[in-house]
Amino acid sequence: MPLGRFATTYQAGPLARRAAITESGHEPLQIQTSDELLREFYARKPRALARAISWAEGGRASELIRTLYPQTGRAMTVGLTGPPGVGKSTLSSAFVRKARALGKSVGVVSVDPTSPFSHGALLGDRIRLTEHFTDEGVFIRSMASRGHLGGVAGATADAVLLMDAFGLDVVLVETVGVGQSEIEVASLAHTTLVALQPGSGDSIQVLKAGIMEIADVFVVNKADHPMANQLRREIRSMMEMLSFPGWVPELVMTQALTGEGVDALWAAVERHVAYLNATGEIDERRREAFLHQVRQLALGRLERRLDGVLQHEPVAGIDPYAGADRVLATFGAPDAVEADAEPPSRPRAVVKGLT
Amino acid sequence: MSKRPLRIVIAKAGLDGHDRGAKVIARALRDAGMEVIYTGLFQSPEQIVRTAIQEDADGIGLSILSGAHMTLFPLVVDQLKAQDGDIVFFGGGTIPPEDAAALKKAGVRAIFTPGAPLAEIVDFVERECGRRRELVG
Ligand SMILES: Nc1nc2c(ncn2[C@@H]2O[C@H](COP(=O)(O)OP(=O)(O)O)[C@@H](O)[C@H]2O)c(=O)[nH]1
Ligand SMILES: [Mg+2]
Repeated sequence: MPLGRFATTYQAGPLARRAAITESGHEPLQIQTSDELLREFYARKPRALARAISWAEGGRASELIRTLYPQTGRAMTVGLTGPPGVGKSTLSSAFVRKARALGKSVGVVSVDPTSPFSHGALLGDRIRLTEHFTDEGVFIRSMASRGHLGGVAGATADAVLLMDAFGLDVVLVETVGVGQSEIEVASLAHTTLVALQPGSGDSIQVLKAGIMEIADVFVVNKADHPMANQLRREIRSMMEMLSFPGWVPELVMTQALTGEGVDALWAAVERHVAYLNATGEIDERRREAFLHQVRQLALGRLERRLDGVLQHEPVAGIDPYAGADRVLATFGAPDAVEADAEPPSRPRAVVKGLT
Repeated sequence: MSKRPLRIVIAKAGLDGHDRGAKVIARALRDAGMEVIYTGLFQSPEQIVRTAIQEDADGIGLSILSGAHMTLFPLVVDQLKAQDGDIVFFGGGTIPPEDAAALKKAGVRAIFTPGAPLAEIVDFVERECGRRRELVG
């Protein structure tokens, strides 16, 4: 399917500004206002989606998201996490191939870490996705985490919304699987895939990091590996110790390099989506994703305010608790709701015997 | 607010399988604080330009060692024009000075031959791609 879902006519806004001709003779795309960008976005120009994501990365997409938000919620969103080297990017490529075979347009966001030293990043996930580079129905964006702790870049949620609004049918987010941080991906995607590596002791990690709670589908990739079946058994026996009030995670064996098992993976994702729709849990997932992003945005602003206050507030000479009280007092917000507020959570897996 | 990092696509075109030079440059740019999108070997001009547009890259650095530079570089320039790409395009490889001069005339912003100091390349990218960042935000 071509990327042509929008036949929307959009006319508002000033004339696009003409920019200076560069030395080499072509004209820079000088999109300055949201109106200019939106016009290109509705005309389904890939560079407009690309620029919109850049704005999100720079914290400048609020106006854009406000306008486009009503057009979101249509894409099938899938998160893919797991340790480095397990084959996530290769699997993404195979997953995209499957989606394309079914005529669906696809967006891929792959997140890699920013170097804490140089603030630069080497983004290499595309190496595995080259077969899709010239496919008009596929849009791929590499993102650096830019210091965001959650294993997904701060702007990832915006990128997902933007791709969704752009009319892409499937949006796949690949994240670095380090520590516990990738758990955040579960709050951006409707379906979370956790890829595990045979013969690496991953299964132990799984319990430690609480990934059991976020996996909708376990993927044992590199099924050609001699330890693959053992990993499958370990995951199965770990699952037996848990009871799942709702969806019971599926387990799929894949060989991303050959594409083997990817049909089964696609089918598992479809069953999960069907489950979400049939039970109405999809609304809960959407709400979770929404609240998560609201929380992230609010926290970001609070943090900047806090840093500002800390620079000017004379807190020396008093104890840290008094210091915190004094700093918060300048916010003007009473901390009345603080006491029993807990982050919303809904357990997806419970250890058997514990209720 | 501090400036956003520059985003640079480093690509390797043609049929030669040597990407050491490209990788060294990718690292140098990363260490200079840029976000480097590395696309791997054997890219076609169309693949490279589509990548750069989707990534909203400020620059494309293309390495060619196979001797096909006189065909491949101009094809990338054409693709950039065809797809409205406003992206700084530079290249590297074993390219004789007279070819380099012709390529610059054709729209390749700079050509670096083996042995060019990394600092020179980094400076160029910071300056030229930095200018694009000023323009587009
Ligand atoms: N044997 C085998 N190797 C695979 C398979 N899938 C991916 N790989 C290889 O695993 C390595 C890491 O893959 P990549 O997709 O970059 O992993 P990522 O870091 O998780 O994104 C590459 O060399 C792939 O070719 C598979 O099914 N079997
Ligand atoms: Mg990867």
